[in-house]
Amino acid sequence: MPRYRAPIAREAVAVLAFLGPSLAGFLLFYLIPFGATVYYSLLDTPIQGRFVGLDNYRLLWASASFRKAFVNSLAFAAVSVPALFASSLGLALLLNRAMPLRRLFRTMFLLPLVVPAASIALVWQALFHWNGAINAAAASWGTEPTDWMNTRWAFAVMTVVYIWKNIGYNLVLFLAGLGNIPAEQLEAASIDGAGPWRRFRSIVWPGLAPVSFFAVVMSVVGSFKIFRETYMVAGAYPNDSIYTLQHFMNNQFQSLDYPKLTSAAVLLALVIGLAVAGLFRAESRAREASE
Amino acid sequence: MRRFATGRLVVAVKLPLLVLLAAVSLFPVVLTVTNAFMSEREIAHHFGALAGSSSGGEEAAAMPTERVSIRFVPERATLRPFGDLLIYQSKFLNLFWNSVRLTLPILIGQTAIGTLAAYAFAKLRLPGRDRLFFLYLLTMMMPFQVTLVPNYIVADKLGLLNSYGAIVWPGIFAAFGVFLMRQFAAGVPDAYLEAARMDGAGHFRIFRHIMLPLLKPGMMALLLLAFADNWNMVEQPLLFLTEPFRQPLSVYLARITEGERGVAFAASVLYMTPIVLLFLYGEEYLVEGIQRSGIKG
Repeated sequence: MPRYRAPIAREAVAVLAFLGPSLAGFLLFYLIPFGATVYYSLLDTPIQGRFVGLDNYRLLWASASFRKAFVNSLAFAAVSVPALFASSLGLALLLNRAMPLRRLFRTMFLLPLVVPAASIALVWQALFHWNGAINAAAASWGTEPTDWMNTRWAFAVMTVVYIWKNIGYNLVLFLAGLGNIPAEQLEAASIDGAGPWRRFRSIVWPGLAPVSFFAVVMSVVGSFKIFRETYMVAGAYPNDSIYTLQHFMNNQFQSLDYPKLTSAAVLLALVIGLAVAGLFRAESRAREASE
Repeated sequence: MRRFATGRLVVAVKLPLLVLLAAVSLFPVVLTVTNAFMSEREIAHHFGALAGSSSGGEEAAAMPTERVSIRFVPERATLRPFGDLLIYQSKFLNLFWNSVRLTLPILIGQTAIGTLAAYAFAKLRLPGRDRLFFLYLLTMMMPFQVTLVPNYIVADKLGLLNSYGAIVWPGIFAAFGVFLMRQFAAGVPDAYLEAARMDGAGHFRIFRHIMLPLLKPGMMALLLLAFADNWNMVEQPLLFLTEPFRQPLSVYLARITEGERGVAFAASVLYMTPIVLLFLYGEEYLVEGIQRSGIKG
């Protein structure tokens, strides 16, 4: 009789019912195939392949286009994540105090988050094309035009687009973090003669630590999605400076080069996994230090 | 009050700065919407310069220095582009429908699966629960460049290649839905559940009558965030769907040809309308969803 079943058994049935569907799909579509990916990355060919150890990784690293894509993706994260962090924190500090139209401003900065990249691809083209509006403005001021999308400037353009897209997300996180900092504490500090910079460094900055941690993690995730915008604006073959891992994967995919595809996926998973684990550790250490 | 002391600074410095930044933020959307009401001729006039080579160099130098002009107000506003889109270019409607067919099942499935799993992760005892959750978290943080190969391997084995299933199934089981719903479920006080348990309610009744109503804001937040992300999908269809006519509109708009530029803005507006309307309606849920995602625990 189910009603009198021991609590442990009831718990087990519940776990199975609630977690079962998700876990089954997670195993089938993510974990097991990732295991297969690791396995394939050690074979010379997926069908009746020979075990070749780390040869695929060596070949992968020997490929100049992989190194370029790998370095570019990491460089993009290394430049754009701090830039996004700084600009969204600045914006949050601007919007933090009582401000007329505060909610309306938040809406306007959040909007880019939901607008599909495809819907505004034409706008970026109209701005950054050689014959685009920015060069038109440059010409009318008598400045030399810049070939935005076909020089190293493309990297800067993508950073700007990335910040435009993601600033609202971080803004919401930072506003929540700022809201959790007790106003009395700031006021007391200010009565004690602490200037704005001192208050920021000693109260606001440590108070934002938990939110900052998550903002960085999500920004890194977002930085790998910049491919969408890049593809919309520059097509499948962009300037070298914005040739990212996604472009590399697409090209290997066309030829179904399993050794390169699998080893690249595993390597990237390792790098990101280590980075995330490092961030988690840094966060818990910061938490312990503050307690 | 201190508020009055800062009042002048707000008006003089911060407000104009914010207005300027907000204008930059809105610029692409506003330009797209206003230009959707321009006639084909006007669009050709303003954007004709894009037809040339996208690069500088000799070829471009030889061309006349005509450039794009940004105009917000149509010379004569017209609904013609929308009419053309709906009547003569049924292709766009088909592609829009493709987007719906890809996105809708993912939204429904991810929300259902995520809500169920959230209850287990937040409120049930299970050995290794938090370690398993960390695995979900890690998967959620992996970019598509990592999951693309595993996705392809499964699609191949299950015979889903070149079908929407290759994109929809992994989308339904994406870790993000579980993660976000779990953050909301963890916020439900244990005391509520304990009280129901005292009254003899089992897990299923607790879930239905206590958890589910309290998780509604979370479900709205997930719907919005997952809609925004999947409506914007580019990588998966690009790799997993070979026929151009089966692509979602999000991919097609990138390859719009010169001859179609007259309706391109109208198509862009049509495409962003559902998600923008939902966003304006449910912004508070979206904001709460983002805030909850940032809470540890």
